[in-house]
Amino acid sequence: MIQIMPKTLFDKIWENHVVTVLPDNSVLLYIDRHLVHEVTSPQAFEGLRLSGRKVRRTELTYATMDHNVPTVDKQNITDPIAKAQVEALEKNCAQFGVTLYGLDSDKQGIVHVIGPELGLTLPGTTVVCGDSHTSTHGAFGALAFGIGTSEVEHVLATQCLVQTKPKTFRVNFEGKCANGVTAKDLILKLIGVIGTAGATGYVLEYTGAAIGRLSMEARMTVCNMSIEAGARAGLIAPDETTFNYISTGNRPYAPKGKKLEESIAFWKTLRTNNGAKYDREITIDVSKMAPQVTWGTSPGMVTDVSGVVPKPGEVSGLTATDVEKALQYMGLTPGQKITDLKVDVVFIGSCTNSRIEDLRSAAAVFKGRKVKQGVTALIVPGSEPVARQAEREGLDKIFKGAGAQWRQAGCSMCLAMNPDKLKPKERCASTSNRNFEGRQGKGGRTHLVSPEMAAAAAIEGHFVDIRTWR
Amino acid sequence: MKAFTEHTGKIAVLNRANIDTDQIIAKDFLKSIKKTGFGEHLFHDWRTKDDGRLNPDFELNQPRFKGASILIAGNNFGCGSSREHAVWAVLQAGFHVVIAPKKKINNDVIPGFADIFRNNSTKNGLLTLELKEEQVNELIHLVEAHEGLKATVDLPAQKIILQFTNGYQAEGEREFSFEIDPGVKQHFLEGLDEIGRTLKYDKKIAQFEKTHSAQMNK
Repeated sequence: MIQIMPKTLFDKIWENHVVTVLPDNSVLLYIDRHLVHEVTSPQAFEGLRLSGRKVRRTELTYATMDHNVPTVDKQNITDPIAKAQVEALEKNCAQFGVTLYGLDSDKQGIVHVIGPELGLTLPGTTVVCGDSHTSTHGAFGALAFGIGTSEVEHVLATQCLVQTKPKTFRVNFEGKCANGVTAKDLILKLIGVIGTAGATGYVLEYTGAAIGRLSMEARMTVCNMSIEAGARAGLIAPDETTFNYISTGNRPYAPKGKKLEESIAFWKTLRTNNGAKYDREITIDVSKMAPQVTWGTSPGMVTDVSGVVPKPGEVSGLTATDVEKALQYMGLTPGQKITDLKVDVVFIGSCTNSRIEDLRSAAAVFKGRKVKQGVTALIVPGSEPVARQAEREGLDKIFKGAGAQWRQAGCSMCLAMNPDKLKPKERCASTSNRNFEGRQGKGGRTHLVSPEMAAAAAIEGHFVDIRTWR
Repeated sequence: MKAFTEHTGKIAVLNRANIDTDQIIAKDFLKSIKKTGFGEHLFHDWRTKDDGRLNPDFELNQPRFKGASILIAGNNFGCGSSREHAVWAVLQAGFHVVIAPKKKINNDVIPGFADIFRNNSTKNGLLTLELKEEQVNELIHLVEAHEGLKATVDLPAQKIILQFTNGYQAEGEREFSFEIDPGVKQHFLEGLDEIGRTLKYDKKIAQFEKTHSAQMNK
């Protein structure tokens, strides 16, 4: 009898992509999809030019612009340096033969929103991009991770990356979430439990009943923030939910007809075998979980909405000094109730929470209500197709009717490289992924939450527990 | 990249945990399409006050750290985004080596560096060294006690050798050894052109592409 060694999902994808083992025991890993944006690519293209190299597989390389894009009138970039960067991408794509979904395209949007939309993100593939939130694509059972500019150049030139094999870490979400507890809360909770470096050196695989019930949009939210736990990537095994997403909608690069059937047969094999060993495992019961709100300057500084701002010295894994620094920056005092924190700005968007389902959940909260006087609420769709879909469903009217601003697609106030910025000391309920100092504008104070929680904070002017608020 | 065998320089300390890439190089400086000009913007929001003047309270603005080329930081240095601009900024501000502690809390290990930052550092010849927490604490203590303390980082020997000069209470040398992945070490010693090396496997890649495409049903 032949014994087949049980493998994890990660092992299967990894083994399918090893071109060769290098003398130092690292491997050349083949890359199926390379997504490119304007901020981390210009120096890589310049490197190719200087060394007289070409893009090896232009048909596996796709570009868009998202980080610098203004969201009021995106064609009109007034910052000359940002404009030069966007134009550099146009020029580089034309010169090297790379497909670009530019500012005039009806497919333009945040790179991690449009990849799946276009059908570029498929189970079992390897996906890289010069952006840490590439982990998003792991929701499809693709091994997807962020790379630096040197590696962007390496992939452009060789379609491969030099990689050492990461370890595997299973995160099992068991139970059923209460109403108002979302994918965003699952991932924030995990980061709170294991810390922002808790998964460094690992690829996470999310499993369990609570993951199985999630839509593709929600799975993308979970995988998106894997990097905030330090992980190389996050994975969810593909299932019927995945196959349905890929086979419906306008996805020009997804397989169709007989090819789709063959693909699905292959994709069904992409599951961790019984008895396969992970290097680390953790189980989190979601049934008693509360909506999560970050209070500090790192995504691991998070607590229940029903909780209070912690005392320095009482946060596990963090020194009293680090907590003091965070509280000082955030303008918070230990013991303050989270629901007493007043917000000035609400940002709903980013590669974490700007997909159609996120906008629907936010709209359900805004419907028939008004944004609190003095609060600015920004709704930024993840892509042009998301924006058009939302408008077809009348969501834009709900947002505008409530007094929120309906903007054009881009990264926007997630990292504030475009004109959407917080002013010093402004407090923001944000659906984005990082609450680092200055992330949304110098001196700005970010609290990470789900779209529902952000919308409710916009209505009340402070955080509320969405479970009992409705 | 340039080969790295040995470096001698002054040590500076920025003992904060989880220093993210937004702090290392703020987004306002990511719009350049060049690889240079980032050094002066390193830790911009910490280094300067709102009115643009230097913040005297920021650790690295202290005169005793002027001209330092070895940086000691807290654990999980470089977490956050994949921006290689962060590594360019550290290098262009004059640092050749960053040291951070590998911390143990109960059974968990908190690494000295975030994954992507460490990778990016290796590609650019910025040596990132992970030391035991006790070693880093002792180093910090010695830097505090000996203004202008210099060290030699000897990569082939995997040693950090502190050099105490006359006039200090302690004289002579003190060594700390460190571990490093053999592949990464070789990369630094050779000043490896990684793309050049991979292109030598061109035939293997082409061969792989034939069978892989069929298998992936593309």
